[in-house]
Amino acid sequence: MSADTQTHTDAKSSATGGSTPAPRRKKGGPMRDSTLRKILLYVALTVAAATFLVPIYWLFSSAVKDNGSIYQYPPDWFPWPMILENFRDAWQAAPFDHFLVNSLIVTAVGATLKLLNATFTAYAFTHLRFPLKNLLFLFMLGSLMVPNNVTLIVNYITVANLGWINTYMGLILPSAGSIFGMFLLRQYMMTLPKEINEAAKVDGAGHLRMLFQVVLPMCKPMLVTVGVIAVVDMWNDFIWPLIVTNTVEMRTLPIGLLYLRSTEGYQSWGAIMAGTVIVAVPMLVLFLFTQRHIARGLTAGAVKG
Amino acid sequence: MAHQDVISAPRPPERAAPDSLSRRRGRRKRNLREYGLFALLILPNIALVLTFEYWPVLYNAWLSLTRWNMISGSPVFIGLQNYIDLFTSPGFHTVLLNTLVFGGSVVIGSVTIGLALAVLVNQKLRLRGIVRTAAFAPYVISGAAVATLWLFIFDPNYGLSRVVFSLFGATSPSWTTSAEWAMPALIIAYLWKGCGFVAIVYLAGLQGLPEEYEEAARIDGAGRWTIFRRITLPLLSPVTFFVMVITIIGTFQAYDLIAVMTNGGPGNATTTLSWFVYERAFKGGDAGGAAAAAVLLFFILLALTAVQNFYSQRKVHYQ
Repeated sequence: MSADTQTHTDAKSSATGGSTPAPRRKKGGPMRDSTLRKILLYVALTVAAATFLVPIYWLFSSAVKDNGSIYQYPPDWFPWPMILENFRDAWQAAPFDHFLVNSLIVTAVGATLKLLNATFTAYAFTHLRFPLKNLLFLFMLGSLMVPNNVTLIVNYITVANLGWINTYMGLILPSAGSIFGMFLLRQYMMTLPKEINEAAKVDGAGHLRMLFQVVLPMCKPMLVTVGVIAVVDMWNDFIWPLIVTNTVEMRTLPIGLLYLRSTEGYQSWGAIMAGTVIVAVPMLVLFLFTQRHIARGLTAGAVKG
Repeated sequence: MAHQDVISAPRPPERAAPDSLSRRRGRRKRNLREYGLFALLILPNIALVLTFEYWPVLYNAWLSLTRWNMISGSPVFIGLQNYIDLFTSPGFHTVLLNTLVFGGSVVIGSVTIGLALAVLVNQKLRLRGIVRTAAFAPYVISGAAVATLWLFIFDPNYGLSRVVFSLFGATSPSWTTSAEWAMPALIIAYLWKGCGFVAIVYLAGLQGLPEEYEEAARIDGAGRWTIFRRITLPLLSPVTFFVMVITIIGTFQAYDLIAVMTNGGPGNATTTLSWFVYERAFKGGDAGGAAAAAVLLFFILLALTAVQNFYSQRKVHYQ
């Protein structure tokens, strides 16, 4: 334990400001860890890892098992040879090409709009003057308090009146605003050094140039965070696509999964798990590449209270 | 002047030089241009918020006082009848109870498991990075996918559940189709998906704690458990507060798990208030009754948040 104490002088202490950069001891530093405690901790760690990893492993391994071994007991933990027929079966049982394309379009367009809205609003709130600006900000932030369930019925009616049921417009537009993203970006923009803006102004840069060439490049980490959260939100959304689309061809992947299960019943878990893998993998991959950003973004509002 | 703290945006110091009329006009023009740009930049976002967040709250309140099938005709005002119907129907009591059981278990479960995980992962141990990543991964997987996976795990004949139960020489219950096991099944799946997020929030909280108090307590000879209970836990109470609010709000959006795993059943054993809203409106064609339930839900959330806010202001120890 004492070996790592030096390497992990954390970046967090500088973020919270104040604290001295003097060599700090990690928690439990002076106490010697008893071997028993260490063993117990590793047991706990193993149990925790297994709890999260075994179901995920079960998902992936079931997706590549043939029909014989998927129903075998005790289970076949290392299916070999791995087969891809389940994916073909899933694709034939349900129009996954439609689901996939719909999900891609909804996610790409929706997340882009969310990101643009968040950026423009955050910039306006940090860099421009406007009467009653603070009140306006609180008003927008207040919408975070409105629960999903309350908006569900009326949004359906609104979208139906606009003639957008079963369209991309109806799928995307109600989710295109971004208040949480705006909040994160605004908080971030407020920490940027003022001098750079002043300098840009003296150089005669207009607001658009300032936004795209000065502010945004400095906001990159937070833009990634907000973007990833937007993508995950759009891709995973369930209840809205469920009520706003009514033909199989317009369904997105999460709803497609529900459809696949209803057509396949309980008879072919292999195909159903293959479909589940198709839904889960893109977000898992995105997560693995950006996990630090997501974690930071999601907890940004949390820790500072 | 461009980059001011919004809370206390002081007017930029005006030049004291004698103001000619034309210069003042020029400044007003510049101000108007800035206001215009501001309005333009926030317009799409605020229009969306008004249309899809605030307007629904108002219109939903009106709908709750009407009878309407959402398809033909228009809402007919019937006063508080929908609310009276809800509270006099025995089925609705079950729905409220389900909501309480689901919400309560998930909040208690998330906070305890999440905190334990965070403390565990905060220790300097090998492999802790893997556990952190593994615990957080389910959070980004679509709820529909998580639910489908757990449906298979809970399959009494072919799922992992059978394996686990047979380790103890028992047979797996048929989770999602039995009235008493369906709710626990939902709760387990939900916790599996969500507690990694709670753990990450707690971890960030733990790492942001000042160490002076702990050092002092340790010098005074306090043991690990005492330090945790008397110092760490109180210092973390703002985080706990945040986690509870987020988790409660999350449980009211757990449509995907319910839709895939139980459909609110068997009977209405897993029908929570939010699922009730969805079913009433979109399967039962009763916009008024659904809207009334949504209003109820809104006030429950509001009350919970207010209570937590009150509690947090009195009891929470900010650093």
